[in-house]
Amino acid sequence: MKRPARKKIAQALGFLALRLAMAVVLAVLILLLGDIVRKGGGAISWEFLSQAPRRGMTEGGIFPAIVGTFLVTVITAVLAVPLGMSAAVYLNEYARQTRLTRLIRLSIRNLSGVPSIVYGLFGVILFVNALRLGTSVLSAGLTLGLMTLPWTITAGEEALKTIPDSYREGALALGATKWQTIRTNVLPYAVPGMLTGTVLGLARAAGETAPILFTGAAFYLPALPKSPGDQFMALPYHLYIMATQHHAILKVRPLAYGTALVLIFLVLGMNMAAIVVRYRLRKKQR
Amino acid sequence: MTSAETGPKIQTRNLDFYYGPTRALKNVTLDCHDRRVTAIIGPSGCGKSTFIRTLNRMNDVIPGTRVEGRILLDGEDIRAPEVDVVELRRRVGMVFQKPNPFPKSIFDNVAYGLRINGWRDRRRLDEVVERSLRGAALWDEVKDRLGENAFALSGGQQQRLCIARSLAVEPEVILFDEPCSAIDPIATAKVEDLIEKLKTRYTVVIVTHNMQQAARVSDYTAFMMLGELVEFGRTEKIFTAPASRLTEDYITGRFG
Amino acid sequence: MRKKKRNDLKEAAIGAFFFTSGILAVLVLIGIFLTLLATAVPAFREIPVGKFFGHSRWDPTSPEKAEYGLLSMIASTLLVTAGALLLAVPIGIAVAAYLSDVAPWRVREVLKPVVEILAGIPSVVVGFLGLVLFGPALARLFHTANGLNALNGSILLAVMSLPTIISISEDSLNAVPKAYSEASLALGASRWQTLVRVKLPAALSGIVAAVMLGLGRAIGETMTVLMATGNARSFPRGLLSSVRTMTADIAIELGEAPYFTTHYYALFAIGLVLFVMTFAVNLAADVVLRRYQERER
Repeated sequence: MKRPARKKIAQALGFLALRLAMAVVLAVLILLLGDIVRKGGGAISWEFLSQAPRRGMTEGGIFPAIVGTFLVTVITAVLAVPLGMSAAVYLNEYARQTRLTRLIRLSIRNLSGVPSIVYGLFGVILFVNALRLGTSVLSAGLTLGLMTLPWTITAGEEALKTIPDSYREGALALGATKWQTIRTNVLPYAVPGMLTGTVLGLARAAGETAPILFTGAAFYLPALPKSPGDQFMALPYHLYIMATQHHAILKVRPLAYGTALVLIFLVLGMNMAAIVVRYRLRKKQR
Repeated sequence: MTSAETGPKIQTRNLDFYYGPTRALKNVTLDCHDRRVTAIIGPSGCGKSTFIRTLNRMNDVIPGTRVEGRILLDGEDIRAPEVDVVELRRRVGMVFQKPNPFPKSIFDNVAYGLRINGWRDRRRLDEVVERSLRGAALWDEVKDRLGENAFALSGGQQQRLCIARSLAVEPEVILFDEPCSAIDPIATAKVEDLIEKLKTRYTVVIVTHNMQQAARVSDYTAFMMLGELVEFGRTEKIFTAPASRLTEDYITGRFG
Repeated sequence: MRKKKRNDLKEAAIGAFFFTSGILAVLVLIGIFLTLLATAVPAFREIPVGKFFGHSRWDPTSPEKAEYGLLSMIASTLLVTAGALLLAVPIGIAVAAYLSDVAPWRVREVLKPVVEILAGIPSVVVGFLGLVLFGPALARLFHTANGLNALNGSILLAVMSLPTIISISEDSLNAVPKAYSEASLALGASRWQTLVRVKLPAALSGIVAAVMLGLGRAIGETMTVLMATGNARSFPRGLLSSVRTMTADIAIELGEAPYFTTHYYALFAIGLVLFVMTFAVNLAADVVLRRYQERER
């Protein structure tokens, strides 16, 4: 009877270690979010959200950065959502198991592993210089769009995979063409899922800094961007500046915390909304 | 059961089918007579579903498959390069093993095949939907709730809805791929009655693993095994005096 | 049954459209590589390749003689990344094992989205917390002037790569056929023994792939290391020294390097090195993962 006892103790200790690891991760998450909520909460006010920075960015708010992040995310979506969805349609509905298809899938997986700063370099060459878009909302948005593309493709494919084959076969057997089948009997049911997955990708893009550093984000601008060709302020870049580049770093720390809180609220809000909608959709499909 | 001979509607000649390197159909030569019910029976995996799915080229959508031999509809090869597979499937309808209504209203399900052909006129749509639902013996049960989602129907009703859906595009042939394997006995009886009625206007081919069903509804029966057509003939002959020992063993329940 | 020509043409055109968007991924990947290559190559008109990779002095703006030795930055990147994996791999695998084998169903349903939240925190926010939260703490702990060093970067990168490692490891643990663990339990092994001796070995290739994908993420991370590691250009002497990674160097210097100078090209050369490193790591992860999935089938 000795051995089973030892076995039990080993299991108890082992499981304890696993629980501890989980606790560490949770503690880190709570520590991170808690610190930002606690110290950033005080900075949040209507003025902070609705006004431009003043007095060399030692006072005032982050309104231009919110607007800039919104604009750049819109451009990201305009590029990444339709392209990602149609690539997903190609892969899930048209592509057969060929070498080329495998190459496309391999490329998508590798694209999602390319460092974000490398996308930034690519954006500088392609959009800022070669296409003469300059450092602008457009260049930055397109750069982020390329970076988001592999995520939207994957999200789109996941959603298309949940549509049962019987919808496709049923339509084809009634004499629908391939495109009619996809348009009337696949896409209408896949689009909600595709969009939620896409929102997750866009949320990540909205929080990215490295790709926009050299493609359009600006330190400070006296006015909001008037066209896609203008530079812009963005929340993540603003946080970076307030945290490391400002001439009075300690003095503006509360503003930096406030910026971090708004950024996290925005990104995690988008995330959670998407996760909740996805959860509901899955439940409905069951 | 009808005794008078009618001409062949569908003919297969030396039909071979491959999933990759696997040969699933071997040299199948068979005639399906016009306005008659032909049943395909055989143990699972014998190729009967594969066979029926070649008749409207549904297997085209499965990658890595290959067909050899000829399939004729009214004497015309359905695999000839100038044939439009979309038009073929309009003429050769199909009802699947599991009822597969679309997640739309009952009305929209039946109208689906018409709308993809560009029908917009509501009155004509109404007419055809009613006629098709009546044709599928479902009208009385659903006429007051055509706007309801098709998923609200019972399994047997769903299957009759799928039949109505294929009737709406006015096919000449209807293929049934084990249409009763997923529904209860009472619903099965209704579908069988329906098939009996349908053959006055349509050529029917039905795959079934249920021998009683084959005996009840069909005029001709084909017995398949391991991808080969073992025996084909009038149903009463197959079930009373089969020529092949294999057929006899199968229908008497010695294997399968 | 004759074909309608117009219909066919339309279908073909639509198919071609979708194909084009599908093939775009390949074009973008090749485009990134070729662009980096074309912009990096001019750097080597002035910088000997051996010196670029073999020397550790990097001082492109020196008034006397510009130096382009990448070695200390490669070492810094590897040091910070190695430290991150040292932290993240055991914790990540343990959490994955907890989620797949220990946690009750309800707890798991709650914790999995929580881990996803961790993945959703922007890297600039993590870097900011490295600066204001972990930095001072590390300074107190190790009695250094500030806590901006390789260790800080490692901790932050561990946080950032944890979600990847956790979710892919958990997937591969869940993919282990039930029959394996049932057989083990039936032989009288405890759940812990079954986990350690049967499930973890069976899921090993998936876990290896997860670690490699986490490694790829850590190598390419920019903002966290930029804000938390101090960015000194010297060769790293340990986890407590201030270091500058390749990604951070690009972020710091690209804004100051005039277009189309050797300095500018050299930064793209760093980008190319980063691209090749992460590509190799991701490709290796991919090969491991594919082989594993094929075996499962």
